[in-house]
Amino acid sequence: MARRDTIMHKPKDARGAFKRMLSYLGKYRLLLGLIFVLCVASNVLSLLGPSFAGSAINAAAAGEGKVDFAQVGYFALRMLLCYVLSSCLTVSINMTMTKVSKRVARGMRQDVFDKLMRLPVGFFDRNQAGDIISRVSYDIDVISTCLSTDIIAILTSTVTVIGAVGMMLYISLPLALTALITVPAAVVYTTKMRKATQPRYKKRSVNYGKMNGFVEEMLTGQKTILTYAYENGVEERFEGVNRDAADGYFRADSLGITIGPTIGMINQMGLALIAFAGSLLYMGGGITIGQISSFILYSRKFSGPINEIANIINELYSALSAAERVFSLLDETEELADDENAKTLENVQGDVEMRDVSFGYDSGKTILHDLSLHASPGKMVAIVGPTGAGKTTIINLLMRFYDVQAGAVLADGSDIRSLTRKSLRGAYSMVLQDTWVFRGTIFDNIAYGKDNASMDEVVRAAKAAHIHPFVMRLPAGYDTEISEDGGNISKGQKQLLTIARAMLYDTSMLILDEATSNVDTSTEREIQRAMRDLMHGKTCFVIAHRLSTIQNADLILVLDHGDVVEQGTHRELLERKGFYYRLYRAQFE
Amino acid sequence: MHFLLRYLKPYRWVILVSMLIKLCATLAELLAPYVLEYLIDTVAPTGEVGRVFFWGSAMILLAACQWGLNVYANRRSVRVASECAYRIRRDLFRASLNLSGEQMDRFGLPSIISRMTSDTYNLQGFIQSSQTMGIRAPFMLFGGILVTLSMDRALALILCVMAPVMIVLVVFISWKGIPLYDRVQRGMDDIVRVMRENITGIRVVKALSREKHEKERYADVNNEAAKRDIRASIIMALPGPLVTLMLNVGLTLIVLLGAHRVNDGLTKPGVILAFLTYFNMILMGVMGLNRIFMMLSKANASAKRISAVIDERDDLARIGEDEAAHTDQTGFLVFDHVSFSYQADETEKSGAGFAGASRQKALTDIHFSVPKGASLGIIGATGSGKSTIVNLLMRFYDPQDGHVFVDGRDVRTYDKDELHRRFGVVLQTDTIFSDTVRGNIAFGRDVTEDDIQNAAKDAMAKDFIEALDDGYDHKAAIQGSNFSGGQRQRLMIARALAANPEILILDDASSALDYRTDANLRRAIDENHGGTTLVVIAQRVSSIMGCSEILVLDEGRVIGQGTHESLLKTCPVYRDIYTVQMGEA
Repeated sequence: MARRDTIMHKPKDARGAFKRMLSYLGKYRLLLGLIFVLCVASNVLSLLGPSFAGSAINAAAAGEGKVDFAQVGYFALRMLLCYVLSSCLTVSINMTMTKVSKRVARGMRQDVFDKLMRLPVGFFDRNQAGDIISRVSYDIDVISTCLSTDIIAILTSTVTVIGAVGMMLYISLPLALTALITVPAAVVYTTKMRKATQPRYKKRSVNYGKMNGFVEEMLTGQKTILTYAYENGVEERFEGVNRDAADGYFRADSLGITIGPTIGMINQMGLALIAFAGSLLYMGGGITIGQISSFILYSRKFSGPINEIANIINELYSALSAAERVFSLLDETEELADDENAKTLENVQGDVEMRDVSFGYDSGKTILHDLSLHASPGKMVAIVGPTGAGKTTIINLLMRFYDVQAGAVLADGSDIRSLTRKSLRGAYSMVLQDTWVFRGTIFDNIAYGKDNASMDEVVRAAKAAHIHPFVMRLPAGYDTEISEDGGNISKGQKQLLTIARAMLYDTSMLILDEATSNVDTSTEREIQRAMRDLMHGKTCFVIAHRLSTIQNADLILVLDHGDVVEQGTHRELLERKGFYYRLYRAQFE
Repeated sequence: MHFLLRYLKPYRWVILVSMLIKLCATLAELLAPYVLEYLIDTVAPTGEVGRVFFWGSAMILLAACQWGLNVYANRRSVRVASECAYRIRRDLFRASLNLSGEQMDRFGLPSIISRMTSDTYNLQGFIQSSQTMGIRAPFMLFGGILVTLSMDRALALILCVMAPVMIVLVVFISWKGIPLYDRVQRGMDDIVRVMRENITGIRVVKALSREKHEKERYADVNNEAAKRDIRASIIMALPGPLVTLMLNVGLTLIVLLGAHRVNDGLTKPGVILAFLTYFNMILMGVMGLNRIFMMLSKANASAKRISAVIDERDDLARIGEDEAAHTDQTGFLVFDHVSFSYQADETEKSGAGFAGASRQKALTDIHFSVPKGASLGIIGATGSGKSTIVNLLMRFYDPQDGHVFVDGRDVRTYDKDELHRRFGVVLQTDTIFSDTVRGNIAFGRDVTEDDIQNAAKDAMAKDFIEALDDGYDHKAAIQGSNFSGGQRQRLMIARALAANPEILILDDASSALDYRTDANLRRAIDENHGGTTLVVIAQRVSSIMGCSEILVLDEGRVIGQGTHESLLKTCPVYRDIYTVQMGEA
């Protein structure tokens, strides 16, 4: 389906992702600079160590009975000192780098979440929760692992390589040039490989995201699957996404993992070339054997770290692909920012008007056509109609979860697009058909909308919502933990909790979208009584199927296929013997 | 570790061969410097260009061999890792799908999801790198020690003493790391949980303008997870430098001891120098082993989390005919003095899920029987135990007292799928999946197009489905979010009807339907599914008043039982509900 594409729209180049990664690291540039200095120091120390060892051995080289133990001890002590210092440095480098990389990961995770908070509701209607989560868990994991281990390796290696190249140039220019012949080959090769592996690593991430999305969806509906004995079918379908994930990994990594050995081979060939050229030079009298030997010693020092980089470069590439996926989420179009001159909706009267509103979720498929309605302050407006008539859509527009395509929604006379979202949404309390609780205590769940709510207030709200006796039966009362997918708390009880939440969140406008559909009727009646107190003097929008609950509405809008087909009070509409009348009579059939 | 071995076992030969190949590659790698030395020290001074060419080519050949072997072995290891991960995920998914309600509550969905992705990813990484690095490191360590032993036993003894100490240290710390990584993974669970909560509740969060609060809430779990990760990583990064230091101390000892031995004429200075070279090899070996063990501890933590789910015993196993209970009651659906409460023991310990309420009794002494083709209505206050009856009937849970029978057989004697296939069910917790409308109705069963269309018609879903551009091929979004609440319910009802089930259960299935649609639905079920045994749970009296038997529940007890007419006379609560709903007309 077109609407439900994966989040990625625009293919980004790896270089862009790389630059943005750097900007994340940039925050820690002082620490990274420190790490670099420490790396240099620790490298120098680890080079000094063997040279002291050499001196110590030289001091012992005098032979039987002639060893100068004072000298040996002196150098051995220095050597030991170097190693101890070097180890201390390594520990502090590791600690600092771990902190930096995990904090970068933490920062990215936070950025993704903060971004989600700024995205329009429509985004969540279009994208799989599992896929979004996979970016935060899997993709950022890949990045964080890469940062914590690979950056140190690269820094250390760079230091060594620079030193070794310097020494090589110093010993013999022609040999050094021979040795460096392999460098362009390695560079060309790795660049080519980056281009070759990049799409595969990306595919790997995408497949993981898809698998995660599938798992999330299926396990959410686990009970449904069990009731229809469809486990085998679902397992078979999982086989497919799982296979894709496994193949994606294999295709990417089996290619990526060849980079290390190949660079190793290029290096070996370089050595062979050096030996070869060295031998020829020697024969021509341009160099001594000793020089060749020490040259080779340094060229090994040079190739070691290059090998190491080559072995982790595939991790680097996979981290870049993961980063691209994270950044593409961060680049999603946000909820349109509030207008610069947006006003705060204050001293809310509760006068709401929809003026010739047209709207559809998919462009080209209009759900509401030229809809107009007006709710005066303190009035109760009921919206009824067959399912699918567009009732919930009206709520989406009133709260500005979506923007109208034509016409306007007005609150207290101002177009809601000229108001800050926070003040607009803050003017409503809302109870939705889809109940939502989060992992936390019952107290936290009820007090959710209101900062610093007291226990008294919470209990009062719970009593009004008729959930108090139930809460009191729990061993920990209001401190009992509940969770969204934890069983044993029924949908009806969740709904009562959300009603209590709305009761606590005292506003001048109220939206009830099938607020009591899962509650039994006698409880519902009592809640209604409490609500009537709550709704007193408030503008109130009610969607309900049980028409008994809306009989005393000041205005009933009867919606069919996105049009208001009738409006009036309960009495007027019954007298008209039209659409509403038929709906109403159906209750007693 | 056991768990991992179980999955590696089928590949033991493949792995063995890879390791042998890797061994050859390592040998080639170690051989290269000798050829080089030979070329420079022996061949070059002779001045024979031909021989220089020959040995130079030998080196290149050796490099090519090494490359081929390494690439081949590495690819094999990636294959094994991807296949193992595939199998682990398959088994984990199957196990998760078949968890009982209680088990699911205990693990929690976010935790299962992060086990599925993050933990299997850790295992996959470990399986792969342990194969690519697993042979080289020990080879270098032990090879290095062997060579030094052959040069000077006394000096090498120092290494021989240190090696086990270092290995013990590495193993010990990596073992200590398992609980640390377990905490890291649990931190990840929390991140996933808060993300999920916000994605599903985004409307509420936005409506209440709680974005800032949610950011802070997320920041809390995010910071905590990062803190745990940093802690684990720092501790696990300790053995590396520590081991290096120990080896270097050993080296210093060798130099000192060596000097004495040189003085005593027992060894030559050149030997000590050679020790320096081999020493580097040993160091690399130890570091490699250290890396593997550190990865192992992370993998072990993940393996434990995964096996906790896979090895979860089936707490609703099928029992034999001889253990089955019997009942005197006749009837198609029978509850024989059933009492039930949601268990709390383990839930409370783990602190997950809904610990408190569970202890309360959900059902007490429920006793009824429904003849084949008859209908049962259940009504009662929120939380009175209506849905629990369905949970027991479908055997999502087993009752503590009494027994449940379907078609004269104890439900525990049924194969799970065999039992479930007799039902068509709409549960409160049911979902629409991201599939076509047709796929959602057929739901993997062997139903004909006619069945689907008839079911849609009976479920009052035909009109809106056919109004869609692509009709039955229209794709539903995840959780059916592109349909309204009422449309979703009708699709679920169609799904329940499609296979013409023997038993139809509608648990609050029409709460989002308007009365007219609801009434039409009931009529259609009466007319076209007359032989079906029907169980209807509802808040609306109108939905159940036509049932041949009605149960009125209150706090898990039956407080009224009979037909609509008799209940109006005998059950004040029922009468009350009825008057509330109908009286105000």
